[in-house]
Order: sequence, then structure tokens, then C-alpha cells
Amino acid sequence: MITLSAVTKNYSSEVAIGPVDLTIPNGGVTALVGPNGAGKSTLLTMIGRLMGMDEGTIEIAGYDIAKTNSKDLAKIVSILRQENHFVTRLTVRQLVGFGRFPHSKGRLTRVDEDMISQSIDFLGLTDLEGRYLDELSGGQRQRAYVAMVLAQDTDYVLLDEPLNNLDMRHSVQMMQHLHRAARELGRTVVIVLHDINFAGHYADRICAVKDGQVVQHGTSDEIMRDEVLSHVFDTPVKVIAGPHGPLAVYY
Amino acid sequence: MLDSHTSDTRTVGRRLEGRRPTGRLFTWPLLLGLIGTVGLVVLSLFVGVYDIFGAEDGGEMFAITRIPRTVALVLAGAAMAMCGLVMQLLTQNRFVEPTTTGTTEWAGLGLLLVMIVWPDSSLLVKMTFAVLTAFLGTMIFFAFLRRVTLRSSVIVPIVGMMLGAVVGAVSTFIALQTDMLQSMGIWFAGSFTSVLRGQYEPLWAVAVIVIVIFIAADRFTVAGLGEEIATNVGLNYNQVLLLGTGLIAIATGIVTVVVGNLPFLGLIVPNIVSMFRGDDLRSNLPWVCLLGISIVTVCDIIGRTIIMPFEVPVSLILAIIGAAVFIALLLRQRRRG
Repeated sequence: MITLSAVTKNYSSEVAIGPVDLTIPNGGVTALVGPNGAGKSTLLTMIGRLMGMDEGTIEIAGYDIAKTNSKDLAKIVSILRQENHFVTRLTVRQLVGFGRFPHSKGRLTRVDEDMISQSIDFLGLTDLEGRYLDELSGGQRQRAYVAMVLAQDTDYVLLDEPLNNLDMRHSVQMMQHLHRAARELGRTVVIVLHDINFAGHYADRICAVKDGQVVQHGTSDEIMRDEVLSHVFDTPVKVIAGPHGPLAVYY
Repeated sequence: MLDSHTSDTRTVGRRLEGRRPTGRLFTWPLLLGLIGTVGLVVLSLFVGVYDIFGAEDGGEMFAITRIPRTVALVLAGAAMAMCGLVMQLLTQNRFVEPTTTGTTEWAGLGLLLVMIVWPDSSLLVKMTFAVLTAFLGTMIFFAFLRRVTLRSSVIVPIVGMMLGAVVGAVSTFIALQTDMLQSMGIWFAGSFTSVLRGQYEPLWAVAVIVIVIFIAADRFTVAGLGEEIATNVGLNYNQVLLLGTGLIAIATGIVTVVVGNLPFLGLIVPNIVSMFRGDDLRSNLPWVCLLGISIVTVCDIIGRTIIMPFEVPVSLILAIIGAAVFIALLLRQRRRG
């Protein structure tokens, strides 16, 4: 369980976040949605302790992230940010291997190697594991990063807009992978998403963020409604019944 | 797609068996590289004007000049190449190394100041000052990099070289005012000519640096993936940055005082190695070590033989070769985008 209590963060005079109180239960996929600049990514980054907060506390599985050793947290929660540019020339397998750093401190054991192989297979990168990252397409590279955070073997996985720069097919595949990670591996996945329909279809819960506040939090069915979405996104949204569930139409 | 998923999961167990783990340290090519490097080192022992076999005091001369010189080549070559690698990881930039970030110039400034203030000080005191100023200068450069996001990776070494030029100009001015210009020129021109028994021993300290880099290799690689990924896997990024800067400053300071400038060495060696082997730091380190030693040794042998019985400083040869490789790397980078 991830619990935020009275979390605030003042970015600049115009942009402020919180106070946010939020409880994300264990298991499943929780999507953070909302307009640009609402603070979704900032919230996620704070939960992943990559950014400090001004006030409030965040607890993950009972550990206060401000007071827990970063090394120990790395075995509980992993976070992947949007932009990952490396100068270092690594193969897929080497990159995924770094996910094991919290467990092995770089000296990979048999268990680590197995875990790396499983993550690579899980994301369908088996045939690409020896390739260098700069030789991969954007979608493959994104999958390699996700494989790295899955190899970290944490109960909580935080992903900041993993569908960025992915085309339709790769976006769908990525969401299927994450959905399976939650189902089959029992991970709690928290993900920032831009496309409300991806959230509606693949997420178990949706948390709508607007102007630095959590305005709605509930199951996908509770959030996928005309009045809720229209209010969150400040634009008329109509939810219609699609072939595989509700679809938000906004143009 | 879903079908292939299920088959993926089913075959996991089978596939796990035949997989080669990453980063094996000792391989046949490495052994060949080691033999080649040892060959060069042995060659270096026997190249020179003095006839160590014919002359009566040949053995003595061998011990006074040839062995110290060759040991210095090995230590300085390995240390500077490894420092270049660590620096490139920490700055996430392929074009930095102690001579393109001003680190050597800062070490030179420290050395000059201590020579003015305390002319009779021991080599150890001189080195300590050079190390301290090198550390300070490198931290200034790193602080600048963290504050300013530079669009192009090529700008970073240009800024570093400009910073180095400013520091170098300050040194020159101070030297001019205090009549130290000539001795400064001698100190800084990287040359192994003056490496004699009794004067080079502090260089052994850089062997320790090389070992520490080997031990901390994984931390530097993880730090090289950026602050966010490093923090995600539980690494204290700032601590690693400080450790790396300290190691670079110590090695650069000592090498500058004992040998002088070795331009571009830390730049070209890691780049050549990564071009052929990718960037698995742990398995690359021995290669960086060997290639650093080999290049310095080759350059020194060229410097010793090209105008025999005289010598040209190794820094001259290194600068010519290094600059050519540097330009080639820049062009390659542009082609790849």
C-alpha cells in the first residue's frame, strides 16, 4: 500500500502541489491521469523518492520514504522516468542487469542471472538481449527499460509515461505487459498516462489529478464518466460504450 | 502477441540453461592483449641511447633510468586512461578527460603556487597541493555541468578546455611575474626523460587508485546511467561523484607532478575500447588499462627514437596522435547523429 498524507510541494509561485492525501492499494494497475502540468509526474517522482517534498509523509508498504535508507527502498519500489538518455553503450542484458544492483551490488549471482533472463523473456526481448540499446527501435528500448525495473523485483513499480513516443501497436503491447506484470507477478503498478482510454481499458484504478490536487480516485468504471472526465480535463468529454468497454470521446 | 507471451513464459525454464552471463573477465583476446602490452613494456626497457649491455655500468644505468621510466609509463598510462573513463561516466560525456576539463591545469597551478611559496618543499608536499587544486578545479567543472544543461555533448569539452586555458593563463602570468616560466614549462611538458630512481616512487600511489577504480567500477557505471536511475537502484549518487572526483584528482595531481601533461590519453583509450566492446565497465577495465599502457609506451618509444640521440617529450607525440583520434571520434559522432 502506498499512502500519501498531506504531501505538498511548491515548485514555483504558480505551480504548487497538494496537500495530497492518497491511498493506493496493493496489486493491480493504478493510472495517474490529468491535464498537462497537473502534477502527475511530480507526484510519482516524489513517491519514487527522486524528488523531495516540502511537507507531508509518503509511506510505501509501511516504510516512510523520507526516513528509510535508499538502499532498502530500492528493494521495495522501483521508478522509471520518461527521459533516459545514456552515453554508456550497453546491451539489453547489461542494462536489465543493473536492475539487480540493489540485490547484488553489481556482482551478479545465479539468482540474479535467472531473474534477468525472466524479465527479458517477460517483455519479449529474448532475441534482442545481446543487442546494444542504440541499435533498437524506440519501442524496444522502452521495453528494455521496463525489463530493468521489473528485474529489480520490487513489489511497487512506478512508471512515468511509458507510452511516450510509442506508436499504437507498441503502446498496446506495453500496456499488456504491465497488466500481466500486475496479474502474473503480483506487482503494484502505478503509471502516469496521457491517454485516458488506455487508462480506462488497462488500469484497475484511476486517480485523476488536477491543479496539484487529487480530484477523483476510484475504479476505472467510476472515473470513465462524462461529468468526471469533463471536469478533470476541462473539456467536454463523452463516454460511449465501445466494443471492449467504455471509450472517452473528446473531439 | 498474446500467444507468443504464453509460449515465452513456458520456455523460460529451458532458455535459462544455455545463457551466457554478462561480463566475463578473462578471455583469450585479453590474454593476447596482455602479452602484447608486456612485449611493449619489455621493448621499452631496452630502447635508449645508453648501451646497457656493452657498458661497464650498464646494469646500474638500467636500474637507475630504464626500470623507473618503464614503471612510470605503466602506472601513468593505466591511471590516466582509467581516470578518463571514470570522468566520462560521471559526466555522461564521451569527450571529457583530465586535460579537456581543466583538471591538469588546476594541478599545474597548485604545483606552481607551492613552488613559489615553498620552493624547497618535498615532492610529497608539491603533490598534495597539486591534488588539492585538481580536486577543487574538477568540482568547479562538475558543479558547472550540473547547473547548466548543455545541448550538445561537444560543448562540454570545449567549455572544459576554455576553463583550462583560463587557469593555464593565470599560471603563466604568475610564473612570468616570479621568473618561474622556464621551470613551469619543464614540469608541465609530459615527459618521462627525467623519471629516475629516487624521483618517481610517489607514482606508485596511482596503482592504488587503479585498484580502487576496479573495486568501485559498478558504482561508476550505475552513476553513469544518471542520477535518477542511480537513486532508483539505491546508490548515493553524490557520494559516488565525490569518490570519483577524488580519485581523478589524486591520480592527475600525482601524474602531473611526476611526469607532466599526458594530453588526450584518457579521452582516446576509453573511446577506442568502447567502440570495440561496448560499455560493460567491469570487463572493459583491463582493456582500458592495457591500452593506456600500450599507447603511452608506444608514444614514448617513438619520442625516444625519432631524433636519436635526443628525445622529444611524449606529450608531443600523444597530442598529435590524440588530436587525430579526437577529430575522428567527433566526425564519427556526427555521422551517427
